[in-house]
Amino acid sequence: MPEPLLELRALDAYYQDFQALFGVSLDVGAGEVIAVIGANGAGKSTLLKSIAGAMRSRRDAIFFAGQPIGDWPAHAVVAQGIALVPEGRRLFPSLSVEENLLIGAQLRRHGPWNLARVYELFPALAERRRMPAPALSGGQQQMAAIGRALMSNPKLLLCDEISLGLAPIVVRDLYARLPSIVAEGSSVIVVEQDIVQALKAAKRVCCLQEGRVALTGLSTTLTRAAISAAYFGT
Amino acid sequence: MQWLNVIIQGVLVGGLYAMFAAGLALIFGVMRLVNIAHGDLIVLAAYIALLATESLGINPLAALVIVAPVMAAIGYALQRGLLNRTLGDDLLPPLLVTFGLSIIIQNGLLELFTADSRRLAAGDIEVASFPLIEGVSIGVLPLLQFAAAVAVIGGLQVLFYRTALGRAFRATSDDPAVAQLMGLDNRHVFALAMAMSLAVVGVAGVLLAIRTNFDPAIGPARLIFGFEAVIIGGLGSMWGTFAGGIILGVAQAIGAHINPGWQVLAGHLAFLVILAVRPEGLFPKVQG
Amino acid sequence: MASPFAVKHASRSSRIGSAGFAIAFVALVAAPGFAGRDDLRLLSEIFSYIVLASLWNLLAGYAGLVSVGQQAYVGLGGYVLFAATILAGVHPLIAVPLAGIAAALLALPVAGLMFRLRGHYFAIGTWVVAEVFRLLASQLSALGGGSGISLPAGMVIAMATTRQWREFLIYWLSLALLAAVLGGIVLLLRSRYGLALTAIRDNEIAARSNGVDVWRVKLAIYVAAALGTAMMGALIFLQKLRISPDTAFSVNDWTAFVIFITVIGGIGRVEGPIIGTLVFFILRRTLADLGSLYLLMLGAVAIAVMLFAPKGIWGFVAERFGWHLLPLERRLRFAADARTK
Repeated sequence: MPEPLLELRALDAYYQDFQALFGVSLDVGAGEVIAVIGANGAGKSTLLKSIAGAMRSRRDAIFFAGQPIGDWPAHAVVAQGIALVPEGRRLFPSLSVEENLLIGAQLRRHGPWNLARVYELFPALAERRRMPAPALSGGQQQMAAIGRALMSNPKLLLCDEISLGLAPIVVRDLYARLPSIVAEGSSVIVVEQDIVQALKAAKRVCCLQEGRVALTGLSTTLTRAAISAAYFGT
Repeated sequence: MQWLNVIIQGVLVGGLYAMFAAGLALIFGVMRLVNIAHGDLIVLAAYIALLATESLGINPLAALVIVAPVMAAIGYALQRGLLNRTLGDDLLPPLLVTFGLSIIIQNGLLELFTADSRRLAAGDIEVASFPLIEGVSIGVLPLLQFAAAVAVIGGLQVLFYRTALGRAFRATSDDPAVAQLMGLDNRHVFALAMAMSLAVVGVAGVLLAIRTNFDPAIGPARLIFGFEAVIIGGLGSMWGTFAGGIILGVAQAIGAHINPGWQVLAGHLAFLVILAVRPEGLFPKVQG
Repeated sequence: MASPFAVKHASRSSRIGSAGFAIAFVALVAAPGFAGRDDLRLLSEIFSYIVLASLWNLLAGYAGLVSVGQQAYVGLGGYVLFAATILAGVHPLIAVPLAGIAAALLALPVAGLMFRLRGHYFAIGTWVVAEVFRLLASQLSALGGGSGISLPAGMVIAMATTRQWREFLIYWLSLALLAAVLGGIVLLLRSRYGLALTAIRDNEIAARSNGVDVWRVKLAIYVAAALGTAMMGALIFLQKLRISPDTAFSVNDWTAFVIFITVIGGIGRVEGPIIGTLVFFILRRTLADLGSLYLLMLGAVAIAVMLFAPKGIWGFVAERFGWHLLPLERRLRFAADARTK
C-alpha cells in the first residue's frame, strides 16, 4: 500500500491554555478527497490551520510526503506543496483579482496551474481580473480564493468551509469543479458544514467532535444515524 | 516676482521633504511602524557620505552609489535583527525601541564626529543656476534634487503597483497571516521594506548634506518635516505625500520670506492648521 | 442591606511599603536640618524626575497616550513663571500654581488637535507641539529671545531673605509637589476613575462598550499631566534661576531621560518611575564622566529592557513576588469569608 501523502499522528492543538484538538490521527492518500465535518467549535478549522502551518504543532505530529513538518512555519509548508483556502476567503483587499492570483504563485512551484488554467476553470474571474477583490460577489471571491491557492500548485489543497455564506446553487457550482482540480494531481481536504455536499464530494469522511475524531469511514458506507451520533456526540 | 521666487524655492525644497516623508510612509504602510529614528538615519547617511567622499575623494553625488546600498543593508539588518521583534498589537515597544535607537544614533554620531557642523562640497554645481524668466532664476542643484525626489517617488509607485515585490508588500500589509499562508515570509518582507525605506533615506541624506550644514542633532527636525508632509498630504498615497512635502516647503519658504526666524514655525503652523481643519490630509486614499 | 463584599486595597507588602514611604517622607522633610546644600539639590533633582516620570507613566502606561512632547509643559511652566515674575511682578511662589493653571488651560486646545492623531502619530504630534512652543519662546524678546533670561535679583530676594532659606523653600516645595503628585495618582487609581483607566489600558473598545467615556478620561488625564508637569517645570527653573528655549524645551532632559526611567523602572505601575529614577541616579553617579556615551548606553539599556523585560524592574519583581509598595490592589473580600488574610 503506497505511503499516504499526509499523515496526522496524534495531533494536538492549543490556543494558549485551551486545547482544541486531542490526539487527531488521519491519513490522506494521493488523489483522495477527504471531508472533515463537525459542529461549530469541533476543531475543523484548527485542524486545517495546523496542517497549513498557521499553528505550530509537535514536529512529528504531521508528516507530509514522508517529511515531519509539524513545527514548520506557514511559508515553508506552502513551499512543500500544501495550500490553504482560508475560512471567509480572505482575499487581499488592496489587490486586484489577478494580483491575488499572482500572489498565490509567489513560490513558483512547478505544476499545471497557472493564470490561464485558473481562468479556464473559473471564467467569471477572467472577466473580472482587473477589478479590486472586494468588488466581487461572495461566490466569485470564493473562486478567487481557490484559484489563489491553486496557483502554488499544491499537492494537497485544504478548503475551509467554502460553502459558508453562499447560495446552494453557487456551492454546487464550486463543488462541480473539484474533480478537475483532483484530476490535475491534487489531493483535497474539505472542511464542510454542509454534510450532504461533503458526502457527495468526498470519498472518505472524518467527523470531529470537541477536538476528537468521532468517526471515519467511506462516505458511501456510513449511515445517517452513525454520522448524526458522531456529530452531536450522543 | 519675488513671491514667485519664494514659491519656486519652496517647491524645490519640498521635494526633499517629500523624500523624507516617503521613507516614513512606506514602512508605515507595510507594517504599521513609525520609525522615530528616521531623521537620525538620514543624518547617519549624510555622515556615511562624508566618510565616503573624504576617504575616496569622490564627488558627493557619486557617493550616492555607495550610500544607498549601505543604508539598504543597514535597514535589512535593523529590521530583521531588532525591529521585527517589536511588531505586534502593542504600540509601545516599536515606539520606545525606535526612540531609543534615535538617542543611540545621535549620541554615537556625536562621539564619533563631534558636534561640529559639516557639509559636503559638490563643486561648482552648488552655485550654478539658470534664469527662468525675468528676475527669477533656479539653482541647478535644487532642481536636480527635486528631480531626484520625483524619480524616487515615481520609482516607489512603480515598485508598489507593478512589481511582484510591491504586490508582496501590499498583501503583507493587508493581511500578514494570510500572506504567510501564501508563501511570503513576513520577516523577510518587512526587512525588504525597511531596506527600501533606508535606501530612500540614503538618497535624502546625501542630498541634504550637499544642500545644508549638518551635525548629529538635526535628525529629529527631519523626522518632524517628513511626518508633517505625510499628515498634510494624507496617508495612503505616495503622490499625496509628495504634495504634502511641496506644501510644507512652500509654507516654510513663505514664513522665511516674512521673517527668517519664522521659517520652521510657519511649517508647523501649516501642519497644525491642516490637522485642525482636515485631519485626514489633503489627498487621502481610503485605506483599511 | 450591606453589600455582600468589600474591596480591599492593602496587602502585607503594601502596608510595609506605605510605612516605608511615611518614614521616608518624614526624614526628607527634616533633611534641611542635616543635609548639605549639594545633597538637597540632588534630592530636588530626584524629586523632579520622579514627578515627571510618574506623570508620563500616568499618560502612557495607564491612559495609553504615549507623548514624546511633555517637554512642552516643562518649558511652558518655566516660561510662565519667568513671565509672571518679570513682566507682571507676581511673587515667584504664587507663579508656580499659576504656571500649572496656564498649562492646564493650554492643554485643552492642544489635546483637541492631538487627539485627532493615533498611536505613533500622536507621539510625533506632541513633539511638534513642543517644538512650536520652543520656537515661539525664542521669538519672545521680552524674555530674552533665543538666549534666554535670568531671574532678576529683586525677585530672588522676594522669596526668602537668605540663600539658605531660599534653597530650603524650593526643596520643601519640590517635596510637597512630589507628595501631592504621588498621592494624587494613588488616590486616582484607587477610585472609580482609576478603574476606568485600567480598563482603557487593557482594552479600549471593551471599556467603551461598558460605558466608559474614553475620550473624556483621556482628556482629563492629559490636562492633569500638563498641570503637574508645568508646576514641576516652574520649580525646576526657579531653582536654576535662569531659563532659555533650548534648556526649557530640551527633549533629552525632559523626555528622553523620563521615558528611559519609566521603561527601566516599570511602565504601568506606580512604583516603576520611583525605582527607575533611583536606578538612573545611581547609574549617573557611577558613569558621570561619560557624557554622550551615558545617554547612548541608557538608550541601549532601555531597548534591551523593552525587548526582554518589557515590564521593567518593578514589573518583574511585582509579578515574581506579588509585592506592592502602595495600596493599589483590588481584592474582593466577601462578608462570609471569615479568614483575615
